[in-house]
Amino acid sequence: MEHVTVSPWVALAYLISGVLFILALRGLSSPASSRAGNRFGMIGMTIAVVTTLVTHEIASLPEIVGALVIGGGVGWVIARRIAMTDMPQLVAAFHSLVGLAAVLVGWAAYLNPEAFGIATAGVIEPQSRVEMGLGIAIGAITFSGSIIAFLKLAGKMSGAPILLPARHVINLGTLVAILGLVAYFTQDQSLWVIGLVTALSFLIGFLLIIPIGGADMPVVVSMLNSYSGWAAAAMGFTLHNTAMIITGALVGSSGAILSYIMCKAMNRGFLSVIAGGFGAEAAAGGGAAKEQRPWKRGSAEDAAFLLKEAENVIIIPGYGMAVAQAQHVLREMGDQLKKEGVNVKYAIHPVAGRMPGHMNVLLAEANVPYDEVFELEDIQGDFAQCDVAFIIGANDVVNPAAKTDKSSPIYGMPVFDVDKAKTIMFIKRSMGGVGYAGVDNDVFYMDQTMMLLADAKKMVEDIVKALAH
Amino acid sequence: MDFISILSIFVMACFVGYYVVWSVTPALHTPLMAVTNAISSVIVVGALIAAAAPVLGEGGAVAKWLGLGAVVLASVNIFGGFAVTARMLAMYKKKEKK
Repeated sequence: MEHVTVSPWVALAYLISGVLFILALRGLSSPASSRAGNRFGMIGMTIAVVTTLVTHEIASLPEIVGALVIGGGVGWVIARRIAMTDMPQLVAAFHSLVGLAAVLVGWAAYLNPEAFGIATAGVIEPQSRVEMGLGIAIGAITFSGSIIAFLKLAGKMSGAPILLPARHVINLGTLVAILGLVAYFTQDQSLWVIGLVTALSFLIGFLLIIPIGGADMPVVVSMLNSYSGWAAAAMGFTLHNTAMIITGALVGSSGAILSYIMCKAMNRGFLSVIAGGFGAEAAAGGGAAKEQRPWKRGSAEDAAFLLKEAENVIIIPGYGMAVAQAQHVLREMGDQLKKEGVNVKYAIHPVAGRMPGHMNVLLAEANVPYDEVFELEDIQGDFAQCDVAFIIGANDVVNPAAKTDKSSPIYGMPVFDVDKAKTIMFIKRSMGGVGYAGVDNDVFYMDQTMMLLADAKKMVEDIVKALAH
Repeated sequence: MDFISILSIFVMACFVGYYVVWSVTPALHTPLMAVTNAISSVIVVGALIAAAAPVLGEGGAVAKWLGLGAVVLASVNIFGGFAVTARMLAMYKKKEKK
């Protein structure tokens, strides 16, 4: 049996949309070119949709237009309304939709294979069965995994890892069963085989993500991003569609690279993140025998005074800033300090926040120019000349234990050298809580550290008021 | 297209993806995730084919509704993904020159 013959013009159109998607990602190499890149992506998508619609006989157009309008309308409204701090859960939710769409398309191809040109007289080609099976499996894992990630990120489910006994055995067994069933699917295209593949894949997606704690969410979100790409690519193989294959490969590698960057920034192996449970052991062991060490508490007025006198200030934001929605008032503080002639920079750790680049978006939202925002390696050398390191909502990324204490769970993670700064200001809700890694932080007890205990937003507001005097 | 040419496109695209994504500035990693989300919804192509196909037999009717469902999901992502990316990118500004 021959595949439905595709006119070279149609193939060319899909190729062009694939190339436009590459340009969309290429544009993100700098904020200046990024907006044009996004437009390339939109054009690419329009070409792909229009090409599909004009080259297929359409039984009933109104329903399709209706589906596009409903979906598009919902998506557009969500995109307009969502708060920037909620971006991680939005991305997770969007991933789940791609996953579910892949499952539905796979099932549609299974039930009506002739429409996709992959079957003769109801018998689906074995190769297409593998592609379809894998596409459905990856799509289902993406869907249920992203739902869990969404619930954890949105705070609708505890971020703490949930550890089932013998979970590694259960997970591996389920994965092997899925692969075995996909292989068996080439011999027997019965409904129960693909049904079971789908059900087990939904289950494993769920099981894989529940043991992973909140702090590892950047890796999980990136990984699910990657999966959604591989699901699209598998469907592209089934449909012999260049645009889908190119896009799937792009998105798949993009998510994989982001996961790698996140793991490296935490000095953790990808497998150890995926195995889950991080934070559970440390939290359990840590609380028992904690010595009381002296620390200094400062007020907003003290902080304002020192900040005004400073020459160089480096602000280190973390997830706590996002939770407190303190980015706008933080920018106000930065503006006032700049008026006083202080040199203000922002330092962002790769894993700050709940997804890659989370802090950058929030600062951009608050109108902080992106050329005042620096990555870890670009600003590390500046701490020696820094008068005040201002830590707001971050913790683990400034913990010197990562450099010195081999027994620490975060040992080896690159951290900011805040201890080189003349003064450290540490905004924290209370002395009780610890970072997500569940480890104590020596920075609290250093001579040059001033603890500013309050809600991050409230404290920065008070500093801004004090600066105005 | 035969399997090998499709596989070649896939492998080449993986390499292109690798180099292109490494050149993305870390400051734009969140928009990167949002836009990859939008473009991976190109899966809408498959959904449209399923939704447009003439209904053949029992499976065909179900397949059509599954296709329509997938069109809805994918278009949430397409419009939502591109719109939210555009919204984020519009916020990145350089220092004002005085």
